[in-house]
Amino acid sequence: MLDLIWLIPVLPLAGALINLILGRKLGDPRAGWVATIATASSFLVTVLAYFEMLGLPAEERSHVATMFSWIRVGSLQVDLAVLADPLSIVMALFVTGISTLIHLYAIGYMHGDTKFSKFFLYLNLFVFSMLMLVLGENLLVTFLGWEGVGACSYFLISFWHTRNSAAVAGKKAFVTNRIGDFGVMAAMFLAFNSLGTLSYHAINESAHSGELAAVTATAIGLLLFVGACGKSAQLPLYLWLPDAMEGPTPVSALIHAATMVTSGVFLMTRMSPVLHASFEWLPTVIAVVGAATALYAASVAVAQNDIKKVLAYSTVSQLGYMFLAVGSGAYVAAIFHMVTHAFFKALLFLGSGSVIHGMHHEQDMRRMGALRKVMPVTAFTFIIGWLAIAGVPPFAGFWSKDEILLYVYANNRGLYVVGLITALLTAFYMTRQVIMVFYGKAKWNDHSAEHGSHGDLTPHESSWVMLTPLVILSGLSIVGGAMQLPFGKNFNFLERWLAPVVEESEAHIGETWAYQNKYLLLVVAIVVAVVGIAASIAVYAKSWIKPIEPKVLEQAWYYDNAASRLIAGPGARTFNLITWIDANIVDGVVNGVGKLIQNIATSLRRAQSGFVRAYALLISLGAVVILAWFFLRGALL
Amino acid sequence: MIASSAEVLNFPILTLLVVLPVIGSVVVALLGGSRPEWMKLAALVSSVSTAALSLWLLAAFKTGEAGFQFVSQHAWISQWGISWHLGVDGISLFLIVLTGILFPLVIVGIDPHHNETSYFAWMLLLQAGVMGSFLSLDLFLFFVMFEIVLVPMYFLIGGWGYDQRVYAATKFFLYTMAGSAFMLIGIIATVALAQRDLGVVTFDLVKIAEGAKFSTNAARWLFLSFAIAFAVKVPLFPFHTWLPDAHTQAPTGGSVILAGVLLKMGTYGFLRFGVYLFPQAAMWARPAIFSLAVIGIIYGAIAATMQRDLKRLVAYSSVAHLGFIVLGTFALSSQAVTGAVMQMVNHGVSTGALFLLVGMIYERRHTREIAELRGIQHVAPIFAGVFTVVMLSSVGLPGLNGFVGEFLILIGSFGPARWWTLVATVGVVLAALYLLWAYQRVFHGEPDEANSTFKELTLREGLLMSVFVAIIVVSGIYPKPILDRIEPSVGALIEHVEGQTK
Repeated sequence: MLDLIWLIPVLPLAGALINLILGRKLGDPRAGWVATIATASSFLVTVLAYFEMLGLPAEERSHVATMFSWIRVGSLQVDLAVLADPLSIVMALFVTGISTLIHLYAIGYMHGDTKFSKFFLYLNLFVFSMLMLVLGENLLVTFLGWEGVGACSYFLISFWHTRNSAAVAGKKAFVTNRIGDFGVMAAMFLAFNSLGTLSYHAINESAHSGELAAVTATAIGLLLFVGACGKSAQLPLYLWLPDAMEGPTPVSALIHAATMVTSGVFLMTRMSPVLHASFEWLPTVIAVVGAATALYAASVAVAQNDIKKVLAYSTVSQLGYMFLAVGSGAYVAAIFHMVTHAFFKALLFLGSGSVIHGMHHEQDMRRMGALRKVMPVTAFTFIIGWLAIAGVPPFAGFWSKDEILLYVYANNRGLYVVGLITALLTAFYMTRQVIMVFYGKAKWNDHSAEHGSHGDLTPHESSWVMLTPLVILSGLSIVGGAMQLPFGKNFNFLERWLAPVVEESEAHIGETWAYQNKYLLLVVAIVVAVVGIAASIAVYAKSWIKPIEPKVLEQAWYYDNAASRLIAGPGARTFNLITWIDANIVDGVVNGVGKLIQNIATSLRRAQSGFVRAYALLISLGAVVILAWFFLRGALL
Repeated sequence: MIASSAEVLNFPILTLLVVLPVIGSVVVALLGGSRPEWMKLAALVSSVSTAALSLWLLAAFKTGEAGFQFVSQHAWISQWGISWHLGVDGISLFLIVLTGILFPLVIVGIDPHHNETSYFAWMLLLQAGVMGSFLSLDLFLFFVMFEIVLVPMYFLIGGWGYDQRVYAATKFFLYTMAGSAFMLIGIIATVALAQRDLGVVTFDLVKIAEGAKFSTNAARWLFLSFAIAFAVKVPLFPFHTWLPDAHTQAPTGGSVILAGVLLKMGTYGFLRFGVYLFPQAAMWARPAIFSLAVIGIIYGAIAATMQRDLKRLVAYSSVAHLGFIVLGTFALSSQAVTGAVMQMVNHGVSTGALFLLVGMIYERRHTREIAELRGIQHVAPIFAGVFTVVMLSSVGLPGLNGFVGEFLILIGSFGPARWWTLVATVGVVLAALYLLWAYQRVFHGEPDEANSTFKELTLREGLLMSVFVAIIVVSGIYPKPILDRIEPSVGALIEHVEGQTK
């Protein structure tokens, strides 16, 4: 089976090609089923590969399958090859698994859309690219996937492209990501020029052995982190992600919550030996950026009223948490949180999609309320997602968040406090969301008049294709924590599984105060979550306290505005100036010379005798002079 | 670039590649008046058989060999040592094939609308000149071919172009001509100086490059005289201003050929003549050329971003793309030069395709103003899809052809030109900006009245574009057959340079 791992990305690609050729003929819903089956079979292959790998001893769990040689020139030898090892199999498992569920959901969600088959074409293409990214044997194959998911993200954000905001958001996402990609490209140039290879195995080997100088390792790590900041929406490049919510909700769930945006965390983990070999300030920078992003985005989420915007900022915040883990040397915890986050955030997004669907495309939470009565399954599953993200035991998010906080405490207590505050805010804004959407008074009745064309707005529960994924994901959000529990050797399954990949770079905290008091930290985390939830109930359910939602938070600290103004103002002016210089100065000189010659020629016209013999004589004379000059020069020098 | 062996084939395929279009051109001109319906057939037969020949050449080309193949050498003006000397190696092979394929596509795919006879005659003559330039291994022959190209292009722009065609054609002609004047002096001087080392007067490229020992100063001057001609042709910043005018005013077919193969005569010239003849001087000039190339990348991208005319935007994007090629050419590492040669072809394919698409937009809407266009994807999704693929190729998306060349250039230039390469990489970001922004304004949004009747891709257009899309996708996923043929010749050239500069 391990020799067939190339099937994992190729199956969704095949699905995309089928829909490219036959999509319109297949139509709604068959095109969706083709795509779903393609992804499901990819999941199946991954599961089989996983079990085969499970049967191997730990040190043999690395298998390369080469498809064909891709770019080979001189010492640069890059194959289109995929690598199955514990890390890539974990990634592939949750990517294909969640993709399958979201494909299924999208059959219901996209029902009736005029571009139904095209949606699934893009979605399958995305899954292919994402799998190339995580399964790549070298940086270049990962980069192929990395840019591929970026392109698919662009197509899908601007899927409803007649809407101007969607078109702008798609472009913004692609261009901002490209800024990050500069880092990834430069990292590849540096890695190749110092080590002569782009293969993960070879690069990580040389980092282990010390062949890779610390300064080079730091530069490579930092450049890759720039790329990660773009793809995984960290400060200062996160700007595109909230806008990306313009895409259909299944896209937000799949690409902008569960999978693509975690690529940066994956890349950092894949290259963990390089980070380990760099100067110590690099992990610190990563941890600080992660913590700052986590806190920043959580503060913004508190004041959002769009149901998807809350989740978008929440995603940025949770990704920050993962980078906080990476910077603290907690790679296992980062992957752990990545997986549990994929479960509950996909669940929350799909739940919000179900709400939006049932509310006839209303996304403003202020017009919702009491929806649990009309949408019981959606409400029930959403509540499970809420408990998971808020950090309530025994739901999945509690365990992964706690694991991160444990390592952060051992590494840097200041950042631990930031992490706790973020956790508190997370519990607070998610409770706010649940209350505004599912509890309280039904506000959709008051506004039904405004929905003129829709007639009376009566929310409805979604169909089974949409609810089944919700139920499965809520199940995973309940038990997902079981893969890594803090109760010692028999419960740390994920840690043992990932050990061959990250063991040597992972921070060792066994001797620290934090580890010895880990149950105390567990209790602190529970208290924080409960306080956050209680405070939110006090404000939004009981109205004991007036909500504090300042404009500055709603506007995300005006960062996006400032950036837009910078680009539209000085940025555009500079570009215009350069364009003006080109048209008037650079070209002006050219035309000026032309004019000058014309004027001189006019006065010299008298020399034009009209005798061809005279011209020929002059030309020959000129040639002789030139030749003579060169002969003499040559002779003299 | 080993001196060509005695491998002279009986069948002079290279000569035929140059002569066939000339015959075609003459036949077209003769038939035009009396039998217009046969005239078009003649143009077609000539260009298609040239394409077939070039594809046969590709198939028969021996992979893995560095030297010139299919060499054809006949004395021409023997007292001056001028000969009809043609040869193909990995560096010129794909440019020949591109020239072979592009012309029939343009002839079949685009209607000139008026004066068909002279249009086709000029087109075929142009093809002969381009073929000759890429095949010549004799300095004099190269110069003749290099200059011949100007004449048909001048008439194509001036005769079938848009409003300011005469201005643009004249500017193109004079500017390029002025550049070549320096090269003519350079060629004569090169031959004169080489005579001392070789003992005979010869214009033979290989003999001079392998045998002559120019003094440092002389080589620098000679290199500069060639470099000016090529810099204008490429065009390298700041000699680029003829290009936007020529491109915008040229008829679609002219733009496709101009971007597709004509500009490559400059980059190819740098490699085949500048670097090969004067390695030391080329190394000496490197910092300046790197700088101009990188300025061109950023500057071209910025200027492209702010253009209001879609065709001008593509023209400025060419300035940026050619900057990458020049950077790679002079980085002189195996990856960079191989990437540069491949990128010459890639740029021809993707920018050629972009000009075709812009031409189709003009045919439908009679405007190229970005502000006049909107929401085309809604009414013509297939057209938009093809445009997207071509655009992403130009942006350098991995999996498509543009990435392979660009990536090889950058990764190969990073060693010899680290900081220049980093700045050049910023150009990759900007490429996404100007193309996606233009795409958003032209294709996204709700189409207004004028754009709501935009016609979907026709069958003929679709077939035409499918050739480009196929090349874009296939050579992006599996570039090995291309790289394997380019690399040995590049390797030999680099060895030659290293041998001379030690």
